[in-house]
Amino acid sequence: MRTINEMEIKFKAISINEGFARSAIAAFCIQANPSVDEITDIKTAVSEAVTNAVVHAYPLKDGDITIRVKLYNTGVVIEISDNGIGIDDFDKAREPFYTTKPNEERSGMGFTVMESFMDSVSLQKNGKTGVLVKMEKIFKDNYSQTVAGV
Amino acid sequence: MQIKNRIYERTLYVILSGELDEHSAYQTRINLDEIFSKPNFNQVIIDLSELDFMDSTGIGVLVGRYKKLKDKNIPIFICNPSSHAERIFKMTGLYDIMPKIS
Repeated sequence: MRTINEMEIKFKAISINEGFARSAIAAFCIQANPSVDEITDIKTAVSEAVTNAVVHAYPLKDGDITIRVKLYNTGVVIEISDNGIGIDDFDKAREPFYTTKPNEERSGMGFTVMESFMDSVSLQKNGKTGVLVKMEKIFKDNYSQTVAGV
Repeated sequence: MQIKNRIYERTLYVILSGELDEHSAYQTRINLDEIFSKPNFNQVIIDLSELDFMDSTGIGVLVGRYKKLKDKNIPIFICNPSSHAERIFKMTGLYDIMPKIS
């Protein structure tokens, strides 16, 4: 496993940045030559994590979202973090259909989608209260090329 | 997000194109509810062939519309989802309330 590239972006936690964030991360990952399906997996998972931060992290004040990406020849590790109010119960938050805003037509499937589309997803505190979502995607099509020494 | 619609033989065809995420969800809800307030249809077919992106926010939008039309006994059907949209529909059980047709 060889590091190809790294990046970090920080932007306001507002909904127009959901599209920006998923497109930016997808564009960055293309240099590692993932499949089109893998790119869409990453776009969807990033969109879910950023949406969570936009909707839940900062109910009372403006705030930022930071994304750090480490790109390897065999995959990518993405960390999406905020400094918001945090999540009381990580296990509960990950349950399918669980939402703290049931009156807003929200599906409560964000973490389930992340887990389904990525190879691993973990949740931890970021600083005192914020949330850090760390997810990893292995580029399967690419891996055989790497093993073959390309 | 653009929404095209037409009624043909009492079926309302709705074509969603663009990206359905949390940012576009609010306007999409308003536009769909306005389209669904038209008279003269007894079922809805939502065509997703032109939808470039959807995340789980799309499920909330679709289920919300389903609940509103259910009161009028009008069923919704889904056609032409992308493979990713299909995976999200299957993991959420959306097809149980909004069957897929070809």
